[in-house]
Amino acid sequence: MNEIPEVIRTIPLNYYLFLSTALFVIGVTGVLLRRNAIIIFMCIELMLNAVNLLLVSFSAYRSDPNGQVFVFFIMAVAAAEVCVGLAIIVMIYRNLQSTDVHLLNKLKW
Amino acid sequence: MIPVSVIFYVFATLVAGSGLFMVLTKNVLYAAFSLLICLLSLAAIYVCLFADFAAIAQIMIYVGGVLVLILFGLMLSLKSSDAAQTSPSRNPIKSFLLAASVLVGLLFLIFNSNITALPGLGNIQPQFLTQKTSIYHLGIEFITTFALPFELASLLLLAALVGAAYISAGSKIK
Repeated sequence: MNEIPEVIRTIPLNYYLFLSTALFVIGVTGVLLRRNAIIIFMCIELMLNAVNLLLVSFSAYRSDPNGQVFVFFIMAVAAAEVCVGLAIIVMIYRNLQSTDVHLLNKLKW
Repeated sequence: MIPVSVIFYVFATLVAGSGLFMVLTKNVLYAAFSLLICLLSLAAIYVCLFADFAAIAQIMIYVGGVLVLILFGLMLSLKSSDAAQTSPSRNPIKSFLLAASVLVGLLFLIFNSNITALPGLGNIQPQFLTQKTSIYHLGIEFITTFALPFELASLLLLAALVGAAYISAGSKIK
């Protein structure tokens, strides 16, 4: 088993970069395009996953486990963020009867 | 036997396609379920990259935790009338332009930077990739080099749990 595996040999690192870029841009589009707060939230998760994919691919192509350690921390922080964020969104819904972010314009200049 | 690279291409298209569907669909529940497909196929891509710990953590944390929380949030904040369609965007053209400029900027960076010249990228060690599991090295890293951040992460999760319970309980707590 001392040869480089087929999937690492045939797929260059750039393909993972392109996939991650596509995922990140899809997330950015969603955040800019949608008005439902929960969908915006899901798009933020998508962007976090794009970064995770990049970290894991660099970790594999460098044969370095530290990238995966970082992925684990990002996942922990993302879980904490989702937990608090959804609590805030549920409170917003209780007060406004809607999760449309365009109703939250008190701080708008 | 199918080569693993074909599996990678299949799951990469699945990731991008379901992500795009999530952004463009009008139905909120369809968006949540396409996020499920997207996260599961990302776990498959992690397996292609020999990161089994990351794949399992992805399924356990994202699919088992985050997505269930998001579904609960959807159910708590959805009138049955507007499940099928959400309010349309006010300025889609501006949003698409801004997202396209982000895409162009990132692609410009990728094409103009010589990533393969980074130190360490040249020497792939097969024995690191083909080992039985990656958890051995990761566990050693977690309790030696990254012991303090590891404990801080647990503290952060506890604080988030208490904070979320307090916020969502609202005015019932006196």
